[in-house]
Amino acid sequence: MLEIFPLVVFLPLVGFLFNGFLKGRIPHRMAGAIGTLAVFIPFLITLGAFNEFRPMERTAPHLVPVFDWIVVGSFKSSFGYQIDQLSLYMTLIITGIGSLIHLYSMGYMKGNTSYNRFFAYLNLFIFCMLNLVLSDNLVLTFLGWEGVGLSSYLLIGFDYDKSSAAEAGMKAFILNRIGDVGFILGTGFLFWFGGSLQYLELQTNLSGLGEFSNYANIVALFFFIAAMGKSAQIPLYVWLPDAMAGPTPVSALIHAATMVTAGIFLIARLNFVFLLAPETSLFIACIGATTALFAATIGTLQNDIKKILAYSTVSQLGFMFLAMGSMSYVAGLFHLMTHAFFKALLFLGAGSVIHALHHEQNIKHMGGLFGKIKITSFTFLLGTLAIAGFFPFSGFFSKDLILEKAYTYGAYGTILWTMGIVAAFFTSFYMFRLVFVVFFGKDNTDSHHKVHESPWTMTFPLVILAIGAAIVGFLQTPHFFLHIDTLERYFAPVLSKGYELASLKGSLAEHKSLVRDVELSLAAFSVGIATIGLILAYFLYQRKQNPIVEEHTGFRKILFHKYYIDEIYDLVLVRPFLFVSKGIAFFFDIKILDRFFLNIGLSFGFIANGLRRLQSGFIGDYALYVVIGTFCILVYLLTRGV
Amino acid sequence: MNPIVNGIPISFILGLAGILFSIGVLGVLIRRNIVIIFMSVELILNSVNLVFVTFSKALSHISGETVVFFVMAIAAAEAAVGLALVIAIFRHKKSTNVDELQSMRW
Repeated sequence: MLEIFPLVVFLPLVGFLFNGFLKGRIPHRMAGAIGTLAVFIPFLITLGAFNEFRPMERTAPHLVPVFDWIVVGSFKSSFGYQIDQLSLYMTLIITGIGSLIHLYSMGYMKGNTSYNRFFAYLNLFIFCMLNLVLSDNLVLTFLGWEGVGLSSYLLIGFDYDKSSAAEAGMKAFILNRIGDVGFILGTGFLFWFGGSLQYLELQTNLSGLGEFSNYANIVALFFFIAAMGKSAQIPLYVWLPDAMAGPTPVSALIHAATMVTAGIFLIARLNFVFLLAPETSLFIACIGATTALFAATIGTLQNDIKKILAYSTVSQLGFMFLAMGSMSYVAGLFHLMTHAFFKALLFLGAGSVIHALHHEQNIKHMGGLFGKIKITSFTFLLGTLAIAGFFPFSGFFSKDLILEKAYTYGAYGTILWTMGIVAAFFTSFYMFRLVFVVFFGKDNTDSHHKVHESPWTMTFPLVILAIGAAIVGFLQTPHFFLHIDTLERYFAPVLSKGYELASLKGSLAEHKSLVRDVELSLAAFSVGIATIGLILAYFLYQRKQNPIVEEHTGFRKILFHKYYIDEIYDLVLVRPFLFVSKGIAFFFDIKILDRFFLNIGLSFGFIANGLRRLQSGFIGDYALYVVIGTFCILVYLLTRGV
Repeated sequence: MNPIVNGIPISFILGLAGILFSIGVLGVLIRRNIVIIFMSVELILNSVNLVFVTFSKALSHISGETVVFFVMAIAAAEAAVGLALVIAIFRHKKSTNVDELQSMRW
């Protein structure tokens, strides 16, 4: 399977070209099938490669050079793929969850006039994402990085005749570009220091450079800025909630499972840089914890089912960055996978609810759906239990690992842990609020339409994802429960070189060891917090005893309006920018520049107009000019004195 | 330099040449008949020739007289071509008045 591995990247491209060029000429069913197979076959190949690669025993990555791309002097960039534990892990998530979402889309998008275009975009996205994670050098990764940005733009603005969707697409695109400046700068710096852009060569070259550790913080910061944009961290997170204007499968695929995790992947891939940058890592952890808490509080009062999940995604990504920042990359990657399962499940479940209610997204108009759409309800409930961190579902293990690592992280560990645990409480609260309002509360649905369960193409992925969300947590469990460390051993070859480079002793990356009892009580505490969230949501939204639920005053009003962040950005950045642009376009350009150059042209015309009167056509006039000219020359010569 | 040429002071001859030149220029500027203008041009050339000859004599140097021969040859050629043009224009326009010949302006 390793010999045909390039097909993994190639097949989605073929799917994209096929559906893209023949979009008007093939039936929908065929386009959907081809789009899905173009992702599912790579999944099978990856599985085969995964087995053949024997990831638990192998330590060296397998390189697949395809062709040289740019060769200028000592700069070389090629299309080459690096198969190692990290890229295989990501590829499995992308193709596995990706093909489930493709299958789901076949049902969800049925009847849409742009069905084939949708599948073409989805395949393009998968192609770019695979390039991002499989590339063996930074340039190709950047190609994929920009590619997923483009695909995201295309898919968010899929319903381009709606101005809100088109604007959301642009917002995502522009905010991502801001982050990408960091990527380019970081790449430049790494090439400067390391003399190469290949990850493997960089790793070996940097270990010979003692002085690199002085600059590692700056380089790491640049890459983190890139990750901030892609992975929707403060302050560049505002595009993600708006991105919900895209179709629901897009939200599940891009804004929950794959693209937004590219930032996490980048940090894991460049762990040998980030391990040398303890200050930047602390900064990342702080940003992560703040984002987790911040977005979770916003999620508590939103009424759009997809917006709640979007803020939840921002919050969970914050958890992942908290893990990456506290230099426990395994924990971050673990949460990346469990989150991919349960968040994809939740988004698809929300899509199924929206589908059942004929495109109703406001949870105020839902309620009492439990039992009416059985598969959706049960799977959604399971996803909620997983994300809220209830034992023994996957979210519990990954979130608990992050919180534990944060707790043991350096001097500020306790603060970060507190922020994390409060965010976890809000997570549990807003998710159960959603569940109670949508599935259990009073039925507020418009009863003109019959509520119906979705077709099998939609429920099958839900079931698979639900099983995944329930069990994948067992890949890595705490010491007090089974003590499985599969994931840690699995990632050891990728991460160990970086740890050697950093020589942890005395640095922030050295984690304090944790007593078994403390570990157990930390876990018990987080489950307890989640339970309190559940109970609070039950009392506020199921029993409806408290009038504060509907009123938005004081701080609740600020929360309801998402801290007015969009308004602040509008006021501080967008408006002054527009003001200056308009000034340049309508005043400086037209009134000053245009006038200046136009008048140069006009003045020549004016002079010529005057001069043409001299050309009368009378010989006598011309003779007179000759005489006057001669006279003038003579006078000049005489006064100057020959 | 000898200020007297053949018993006549050089300033007299130069004054005559100046008067002849001025008459020529005036004729070119104010006369309408194209043949008269030609004659005026000849007058200008002759005044110049006179100056050349005078200085040639005064400086006892041959080069001035050599130039005069050139000027005369060119004046003859110019008159031949010019008069041919005048005849052609006259056939075309039935007039020798230069004010009626202004079709070549912008």
